[in-house]
Amino acid sequence: MQAALSLSGLTKSFDRPVVRGVDLTIKAGEFYALLGPNGAGKTTILRMVAGLLRPDAGTISIFGTDALADPVGAKRLMAWVSDEPMVYDRLTPLEYLDFVAGLWEIDASRARSSANELIDWLGLRPHANELCGGFSKGMLQKVALAGALVHDPKLIILDEPLTGLDAGSARQVKDVLRQKTEAGVTVIMTTHILEVAERMAERIGVIADGRLIAEGTLAELRARIGRETTLEEIFLDLVAQGHDPGSEAA
Amino acid sequence: MTFAPASLAWFAQHEFRLAWRDTIAMMTGGRRVRLAGWIIGGLLVFALMQVIAWFTLRPWTELGITIDKPTLVMVSGMGLLFWTVTLSQALESVTRVYYARSDLDLILSSPASSRKLFAVRALAVCASTSALGALLISPIVITLVLQDGPQWLSAYLVLASLAALSTAIAMALTRLLFQLVGPKRTRLFAQILAGLVGAGFVIGIQAAAILSHEGFSRLAFFQSADIIAGSPGEASVLWWPARAAMGNVPLALLLAALAFAILATTIALTASSYAALATSAAGLSHVRSQRRASSKAFAPTTQRQALRRKEWKLLQRDPWLLSQTLMQLFYLIPPALLLWINYGAGEGTYVVVVPVLVMAAGQLAGGIAWLAISGEDAYDLVTTAPLTPRTILRAKVEAVLAVIAAVMAPLLLLLAFSSWRMAVITAVCGFAAAGASTAIQLWFRVPTKRSMFRRRQVASRAATLSEALSSIMWAGTGALWAAGLLLAILPAMIALLVLGLARLLAPRQA
Repeated sequence: MQAALSLSGLTKSFDRPVVRGVDLTIKAGEFYALLGPNGAGKTTILRMVAGLLRPDAGTISIFGTDALADPVGAKRLMAWVSDEPMVYDRLTPLEYLDFVAGLWEIDASRARSSANELIDWLGLRPHANELCGGFSKGMLQKVALAGALVHDPKLIILDEPLTGLDAGSARQVKDVLRQKTEAGVTVIMTTHILEVAERMAERIGVIADGRLIAEGTLAELRARIGRETTLEEIFLDLVAQGHDPGSEAA
Repeated sequence: MTFAPASLAWFAQHEFRLAWRDTIAMMTGGRRVRLAGWIIGGLLVFALMQVIAWFTLRPWTELGITIDKPTLVMVSGMGLLFWTVTLSQALESVTRVYYARSDLDLILSSPASSRKLFAVRALAVCASTSALGALLISPIVITLVLQDGPQWLSAYLVLASLAALSTAIAMALTRLLFQLVGPKRTRLFAQILAGLVGAGFVIGIQAAAILSHEGFSRLAFFQSADIIAGSPGEASVLWWPARAAMGNVPLALLLAALAFAILATTIALTASSYAALATSAAGLSHVRSQRRASSKAFAPTTQRQALRRKEWKLLQRDPWLLSQTLMQLFYLIPPALLLWINYGAGEGTYVVVVPVLVMAAGQLAGGIAWLAISGEDAYDLVTTAPLTPRTILRAKVEAVLAVIAAVMAPLLLLLAFSSWRMAVITAVCGFAAAGASTAIQLWFRVPTKRSMFRRRQVASRAATLSEALSSIMWAGTGALWAAGLLLAILPAMIALLVLGLARLLAPRQA
């Protein structure tokens, strides 16, 4: 099967190394959770994949497209949702989705039906024509997610999408993501809520000090530490083992 | 020094510390070198203003200043002009007391007295208005003290009285606006009102001067025989502020006592509603504004069209831009009036009209370009969309220039009815000024939130200065070209030089 995302030797430094030679392959249709302590380099990796940062070294391939040589081609295939919802205060959700559809050059009738479907799906219908400026964090996150989905991406990258959401909104977001993976979309998500990763992810990668220190299914990770335990215990064990005392976490 | 927690003095200390740090951060952008630059630059500007004031006032003081009716009319007229500036500044600051404070949730949810907080913030507005006023009048007052005598120092007492009165009026007006238009619109209305007050009197006097003398000079207007003859007699109470400023210390003290009594009464009357109004203003972030669904939504579009449409929609819904555009148009009234009065009378009028229009185009383009290019709330979204950075910038520049064209087109059309040649000159120079301002904003772009607009100058002084200088030079080119002088090439060359220099100074974009 073709890889949805393939990273090779991905490296990035700011005032110090933040990502150190990460190799990673994620299969198409997979739900992949990227875990790591604060400052481990998760967001930097995802921002490089999304084309928001240029790596110092390494390659990024998205469904076989070299993201560094053909960034526009790669961006056409994916969507990025950051932890801070990227929504305009003075646009309504429908206007926002219209704008996003325009950026991805989606056929107008397809965009309209897709936007309306998403608005209903995410429970935004009563607010579809209200300016986003008055929305709660949960509603903004749902609008941003609708924006990510309106152009039918093959790869969705989410950075802490559930932070600050109430239980109802979190459930809606999780349901949408689950349905998308069932439909064959690849999802990569960072989260500090380990229960979500445990329940939803098919494979989990653990990053510490800019390195991918462990990767596999939950069962494989359990086997690696040699105990039948929770993901939380596994994560803490792996991070403790993999931490390089010589480098300072950001 | 420590004060009892939540006391007036404690709040005052807290406010002063915040204001000081805010000012320093705004001036330096976190760099010590910038502070030194600010101090040296400030001193140089002050010295230049001092020199100008010295030579402007010398002929008047050499003749010996007598307190007669013409002098009282002129001093009062200029004082009134100055007072509108302080009132405008106070209105702007009082609005911020209600709206722009991120700490209100914390303080208002504490057991501390909101009345004390309001009193301290009102006094802070009065102090900052006085300080700004002192900065403006000092070159004149210092010159008069040196050339005529120390009695002019009492002008500072009059200044403090005017600031106190301005603060009181601003507070009462803001309270009234809350009552009349509600918390949602008070800020916008107050901003527009501040702009109108600041410019209204100046423009009104200019308009009156144009109608009566066919000229722009405000000084000449206050010295005209008709105005002096029509003014009240020398004993009138109307001249008290002028007499106080010219050295009548008991009168100055009386005016100060009156003004501060009015301020204290206004604070006492409005403080009780502060907590409720500030809370209602702060709660606006949760108030939703309903829009009608556009019939053009999800119509077939290109990427550039989508970007342009988004920019236009956001610009159209930006309250700051709305008030600024109104202000720019308001400032165009005097030259339009001049053009109307002198219709077909010759080319002298255009020397005034053309540069004003060119300057307006350049300044408006700078603001809009910042909002469109740097003020991107969804930077990640636009950057991760499948289009090249060049396409994004091209669409944004097109959006800016189209707005300027839309604003300028009716004025150019009006001008074209009077003189085709002048319309072409204005269009060429206006387009150059707008293009240069847009290019400068493009080169110095730093992606940030649109709400940071007021602090955009902090990001780069070089961009702000080169944008202003470029607009001035293109306005100069327009004026000289309108006058038919070949010398117009000189400011045009300087404008291009400024643009080239800005390109060199601009940081390399990643």
